[in-house]
Amino acid sequence: MQEFLQYIFSGITNGAVYAVIALGFSMLYGSTGLINFAQGEFVMIGALSLISLWKGVNLPLPLAFAGAVAITAIAGAMLERFAIRSVKKPHPIVLVIITVGASILLRGVGMLVWGKDSHGSPSFSDHAPYDILGATLLPQSLWILVLTLGVVLGLHIFHKRFLTGRAMLACAISTKAAGIVGIPTEKMVLLAFSMSAAMGGIGGVLIAPLSMSSFDMGMNLGLKGFCAAMIGGLGSSWGAVVGGLLLGVLEALGVGFLSSGLKDAAAFVLLLLILYFRPSGLLGTASVQRF
Amino acid sequence: MLRVRDLKCRYGTVPAINGISLEINAGELVALVGANGAGKSTLLQAVCGFVPDWEGDIAFEKESLYSLRPAQIVRKGISLVPEGRLLFPPLSVKENLELGAYVRYRRREHKEVAEDLETVLDLFPILKQRAKQPAGTLSGGEQQMLAIGRALMARPRLLLLDEPCMGLAPLLVLVILETLAQLRARGITILLVEQNARAALGAADRGYVIENGTIAIEGPARDLLLNKSVTQAYLGKECRV
Ligand SMILES: Nc1ncnc2c1ncn2[C@@H]1O[C@H](COP(=O)(O)OP(=O)(O)O)[C@@H](O)[C@H]1O
Ligand SMILES: [Mg+2]
Repeated sequence: MQEFLQYIFSGITNGAVYAVIALGFSMLYGSTGLINFAQGEFVMIGALSLISLWKGVNLPLPLAFAGAVAITAIAGAMLERFAIRSVKKPHPIVLVIITVGASILLRGVGMLVWGKDSHGSPSFSDHAPYDILGATLLPQSLWILVLTLGVVLGLHIFHKRFLTGRAMLACAISTKAAGIVGIPTEKMVLLAFSMSAAMGGIGGVLIAPLSMSSFDMGMNLGLKGFCAAMIGGLGSSWGAVVGGLLLGVLEALGVGFLSSGLKDAAAFVLLLLILYFRPSGLLGTASVQRF
Repeated sequence: MLRVRDLKCRYGTVPAINGISLEINAGELVALVGANGAGKSTLLQAVCGFVPDWEGDIAFEKESLYSLRPAQIVRKGISLVPEGRLLFPPLSVKENLELGAYVRYRRREHKEVAEDLETVLDLFPILKQRAKQPAGTLSGGEQQMLAIGRALMARPRLLLLDEPCMGLAPLLVLVILETLAQLRARGITILLVEQNARAALGAADRGYVIENGTIAIEGPARDLLLNKSVTQAYLGKECRV
């Protein structure tokens, strides 16, 4: 029981990080119909920027957090402005390949800036771990859960209450119709890229204290986030959360009770099962296009 | 108010408009009629900034619209009721109307927008009843009214309508035309594009007949309705209203 609870805690913690990364995938897909395979690299930039700003430059944690997220948001905006927008005939498959290229480029830049070494980060607070029914709950896990919830709620409020959020929703429904009512659609695409990158960055910031960060961490985390988004249903915010948590917990249970070699396989087995039985994901309604 | 001079547009290498000139004065209701594929929609798309490259000149209140984006053109006071309506189907009637006022919310005209929302809902009482209903669940006529209402929410000075009567029952066509007459009386300049030449010319002050991307005939609407070649080419085929 105690062991089981421990796996659940660790699964939920990782799952919440997957959820934030998935949210980035999902909201970009929702508003532009694109999958950004450089999303994992934004996680890497977020994690390593946090470590540099917090421990390297000695900024206070909230400022370092904000700075790391801002850096990823700017990187996302640059990806849209200088790579995506310059494509003359924007067929989706071309744009997706561009994001694959961008991920390779960003990984290279990450290696130049932060080197090949792994970097560690302390926890956000040095509170002692909590003991719950014999299992240990790290304060960092609580931070991750609270901040993930904050991001989801923030995005929800942005879409419902803010003019820009509604405009982005309008673009997601129909770019042409959005243009007709005077919504600057190119700016909305730029903003969507920037926000989804920022979510990857937040994922990186959250995970930095849990494991070592290095320039090549993005590949794995990006794929996990992608799986979580697909499992929950692309385009659905709550789907991203459900998908992330489910993936995290199953992964932890798989490692605990079967074999640690199965950790990464769990994601893909789960993805295949879901896509087989429910192609639009658990909470998704939109049909996913094959092109 | 709107002056188009020697406009040329092509899709790839295929020309869609080969030198159109027309002029709309403030306060007029002008009809542009022509067969399917004549280039009517392309002309409106060009005015609204959806056709990236065109030759010639399009000026609104003496300012060229060349290279302006659709959003900038809406801000200048031109609104389009597009072919096929292009509403936001999952959003409610009210949300569709509010999005129509996007450029005015950006200018912080919240109070005026709220008043205009009432005005538009009074203009189309059926939309008031359905304010909370998703736009996609409305009937064709209701959707057309919503499309017009959404365009009005931007408080345009020039309203462009692309075949608003297409597919509507004769009675609804009359309602739409009556509404346009009311809007004109409130000072909105209107360009009405229609295949239904009799209905459009019956409501308009002046008319243009477009054929294969050029203006074939122009003149006061009344004269066009009596013109033999117009009658034979466009009026015979249309259902009578
Ligand atoms: N997106 C497009 N791509 C290529 N050709 C087009 C496109 N839209 C319209 N056309 C062509 O341009 C011409 C004018 O079309 P259009 O402006 O839609 O006419 P109308 O609105 O009068 O029916 C037609 O020959 C049509 O086939
Ligand atoms: Mg047309």
